[in-house]
Amino acid sequence: MKFSALSVFLQGLKGNRDWPAQWRTPEPKAAYDAIIVGAGGHGLATAYYMAKEHGMRNIAVLEKGWLGGGNTGRNTTIVRSNYLWEESEGIYEHAMKLWEGLSHELNYNVMYSPRGVMMLAHNIHDVQVFKRHVHANRLAGIDNEWLTAEQAKEFCPLLNIERNIRHPVIGASLQRRGGTARHDAVAWGYARGADRLGVDIIQNCEVTGIRRDASGAVSGVETAKGFIATKRVGVVAAGNTSVIMGMAGVRMPLESYPLQALVSEPVKPMMSCVVMSNTVHAYMSQSDKGELVIGAGTDAYTSYSQTGGLHIATHTLDAICELFPAVRRLRMLRNWGGIVDVTPDRSPIIGKPPVPGLFVNCGWGTGGFKATPGSGHVFADLVARGEPNAIAAPFTIDRFRTGRLIDEAAAAAVAH
Amino acid sequence: MLLIRCPYCEMERPELEFRYGGEAHVARPLDPMATSDDEWADYLYFRSNPRGLHAERWRHINGCGRFFNAIRDTVSDKIVVTYKAGEARPATTGEIA
Repeated sequence: MKFSALSVFLQGLKGNRDWPAQWRTPEPKAAYDAIIVGAGGHGLATAYYMAKEHGMRNIAVLEKGWLGGGNTGRNTTIVRSNYLWEESEGIYEHAMKLWEGLSHELNYNVMYSPRGVMMLAHNIHDVQVFKRHVHANRLAGIDNEWLTAEQAKEFCPLLNIERNIRHPVIGASLQRRGGTARHDAVAWGYARGADRLGVDIIQNCEVTGIRRDASGAVSGVETAKGFIATKRVGVVAAGNTSVIMGMAGVRMPLESYPLQALVSEPVKPMMSCVVMSNTVHAYMSQSDKGELVIGAGTDAYTSYSQTGGLHIATHTLDAICELFPAVRRLRMLRNWGGIVDVTPDRSPIIGKPPVPGLFVNCGWGTGGFKATPGSGHVFADLVARGEPNAIAAPFTIDRFRTGRLIDEAAAAAVAH
Repeated sequence: MLLIRCPYCEMERPELEFRYGGEAHVARPLDPMATSDDEWADYLYFRSNPRGLHAERWRHINGCGRFFNAIRDTVSDKIVVTYKAGEARPATTGEIA
């Protein structure tokens, strides 16, 4: 069913009792043309674009839990494209352009809100790095501008720009097209869109093995619901990528870390933009429900526990209270962790490991949500055609052998 | 926060006294000129990243300052055993001592 003002009105008259399920709950078929492992935002977007743009309808997305229940449902929903290197600008700006039309594309309100992402500079090094980013972005045609502390305060009146705090704000960079989107709606919108094109989304179906034929090529996957034959497997498993790839005997340049976030009790609108600070490891925005959404850093050690040390979140709240004194007496409602797969150069991997039929999209680390549409779009292209397009090409696994790294460590918003 | 036993100080101390040092037993190639690009990449960047028991380095930075190794379950974050640098990885079954 297509959502429209008329359908909302008519369903309203009937008490909203007749909305159909937004996607099916199919049992797996014996074989598919391609299987995507992981029904998060990136995996569902991959399946959607494979079906829509490459006409592949006989495909399945396998998910060990529920769709959108991993990092897609655990991030702080920030969207921006102000990265330093041309390769990164290519993929993140590709995603940004898709974000701008995504609600119409999916006929699903993903609540994309370009409310502005402001990144704070607290010392001379921040100023130099951010100004470099501003200039690099503007050369690439991506909006990013430099603000003085007073201009930053004007853009976000909640901000404390007093000089007598431990890490005073001395300037900021601002990407006005950046902002937020509703993370669950992104997963649901892509799931509904893919399902309508015939993609089978199979939840509670953990992949337990990858079977290879005599030539070494992929011949199918072992799952909690039995063996499913396929010649093409796209792994989009975020923090569990090393585990899945290990099933095919492939080692990855990845380490999985817990990354935490937390939300406050809901309050009336008090903050109309996103503010991030690399130096003090904190970022904050306000959701449409009124909760202040706060992102913390990663733990020091690798883990799959989906929880993190309390001292990490406490450290972030110290910084938040200093930057935004008005929130000091707010109570925190929930905190949680997600497992992020981090590469040595903090850029993603979209590539073909040396196993025929196997493809991998991983390494989005602490900042994958913003890339969801672009990541799915270029990975669909890779799985469907077998070769990366110009946007995906720099993000090979081979760059760790050749040394052509895409070192975005300085551009990431949280501590690594 | 983890509670970590330093095998030199022979006492359990909070994680804040320590610094994580990445996967343990990753040996630098002995002959750089004879080492291929693939071997360098594996040494520098590729890690086992297991879901389960993981041998890793820690440094007691706010204590004795020495490096040692720990085996930790990455699902529960429980440390099974810690041992001194240079010692072989002890046999572990996942049982928490």
